[in-house]
Amino acid sequence: MKEFFAFVRKEFLHIFRDRRTLLVLIGLPTALIVLFGFAISTEIRNVDVGLFTVEDHIAITRLMDRIDRSEYFTYIGAYRSEAALDEAMRRGEIDAALVFGKDFAGSLYKPGGACVSIEVDATNPNNASMEVMYLSRIISDYFREDMEAMMLPGTQPASGSLVPELRMLYNPQLKSSYNFVPGIMGLILMLICALMTSVSIVREKETGSMEVLLVSPVRPVNIVVAKMIPYFVISCVVLINILLLTIFVLKVPVAGSFFWMILVSMIYIILSLGIGMLVSSLVKTQIIATLICGMIFIVPVMMFSGMLYPIESMPVPLQWLAQLIPAKWFIEAVRKIMIEGVPVRYVTKEILIITGMAVAFFSAAVIKFKDRLD
Amino acid sequence: MDNCVIEVEHLTKRFGDFTAVDDITFSVRKGEIFGFLGANGAGKTTAMRMLTGLSFPTSGRGQVAGFDIRTQSEMIKKHIGYMSQKFALYGDLTVKDNMELFAGIYGVSRREAGKRIGELLERLSLAGERNTMVRELPQGWKQKLAFSVSIIHRPGIVFLDEPTGGVDPAARRQFWELIYEAVDEGITAFVTTHYMDEAEYCNRISMMVDGRIEALDSPSALKKEYGVSSVAEIFDILARGAKRTE
Repeated sequence: MKEFFAFVRKEFLHIFRDRRTLLVLIGLPTALIVLFGFAISTEIRNVDVGLFTVEDHIAITRLMDRIDRSEYFTYIGAYRSEAALDEAMRRGEIDAALVFGKDFAGSLYKPGGACVSIEVDATNPNNASMEVMYLSRIISDYFREDMEAMMLPGTQPASGSLVPELRMLYNPQLKSSYNFVPGIMGLILMLICALMTSVSIVREKETGSMEVLLVSPVRPVNIVVAKMIPYFVISCVVLINILLLTIFVLKVPVAGSFFWMILVSMIYIILSLGIGMLVSSLVKTQIIATLICGMIFIVPVMMFSGMLYPIESMPVPLQWLAQLIPAKWFIEAVRKIMIEGVPVRYVTKEILIITGMAVAFFSAAVIKFKDRLD
Repeated sequence: MDNCVIEVEHLTKRFGDFTAVDDITFSVRKGEIFGFLGANGAGKTTAMRMLTGLSFPTSGRGQVAGFDIRTQSEMIKKHIGYMSQKFALYGDLTVKDNMELFAGIYGVSRREAGKRIGELLERLSLAGERNTMVRELPQGWKQKLAFSVSIIHRPGIVFLDEPTGGVDPAARRQFWELIYEAVDEGITAFVTTHYMDEAEYCNRISMMVDGRIEALDSPSALKKEYGVSSVAEIFDILARGAKRTE
């Protein structure tokens, strides 16, 4: 046991002496969280809205005022013709526009209702659909309140019009950080555990120190386990760091069980360590270890885990591929626990899959790990 | 044969069709410096790996420090020291860290390790450098340090794989003085080298050509047998028949 602790101490020394790498390990998650949380955002903001109307009406003015007051839109002004509106959109002056037809005010209080069209620049389809959604929500909110205010108490609305009420569940403010936080956790933990462990084991092979260690009485399995302990500790620190940033800086609350959240993350950390160990037993150089971890495990985390692109909208073969990505299940589980806050029995499937994968990777790594050099 | 610390009979190692070590038989006596010579690719490293438990022999048998190389490699590992040319010590750890690490790995008690480290630093006149990162030391010092660390647990045998590679002649002489000091304390040294002048420092030498041991005796006896004045000339005569290069 003493031999083992001498070895664990050495691994900690390696990491703490390498200040730069340590700084990257701790700093990178912080930077990513802040970047994704504030700068890189799929939320729409600062959308410039134009207006074309045949006749002015107080309701239109008040509506535009309300749109301008929302945090997503800025009202630029009214244009004299639809052609001018079109021109402004081409110039990039406005991103969206509302067009009110003839006799808007007149038909407003008639059965059948009035008509307004929303025009958006759909060069970026994601943004366009969000803009339409936000705008229509503001418009319908405004007119519903307006109508209710106009009506005498006790009377029914004049028309039996159906007003859709949009509710954004679990993420009412449509913050993109709700989506990114689980993704970043999946990415960072994989990076630290798989990449760093495998590189550090392979480095010993490359410099020849592995040979010296294998001649010593340290059991090979202990060499590997000793390597994992510091990265496990760092991962836990990073995990806590991410959670603190998420809760206090991004203001994304952990809706579900904190205990299960941590436990699932631990299983995922162990899974990633297993991947790192397997990679290190298969390759001989640090560069190849980095490439394999990067290309096979980290890039897919970005592409196929549902972090950036929804898996449901991928072609079917890619959807199958996504099922094989460990991070996909972890991110799913974290989303359920952290954002949706569902009881843990709804996450059983994800937890079982992650645990299964962890066991599989570890068994494969132990089988591949060689006691002797040839 | 009680005074033999290494005994090997008909040891063979094949990789597929290639016979790296071909039926070698020899023994090393307690307290001697045994030079294990051969050109690159002659099979020295493979033979040494079998003796240190890193590689499993295809056939033949052998004992190191009284333990069987096939079945008791874990016991062998506790009783030998090992130093390779390729890797000396961890460059990103200090002199003291490295010493403590290897003392710990070999199960030297903390108090005993502290004492030995102090002695070693004193003897190598490195006491002032105890907190220096090893990568900042000159190559010659690194090698001396690596050797001292490899015998920090006082093993019966120390295996030195090309220990003086890339070191200037003055540093090499100093290094051999360290080996002699260790041997005086009762440690047996098993040294591979391709510097023929170093072979003269050994009590006995063996010469490997194409996986076989072609000559084995003391340097002076071998010189007499071949009628030449230096070990290098013997090596030239033997190596002429070699088929393998690199």
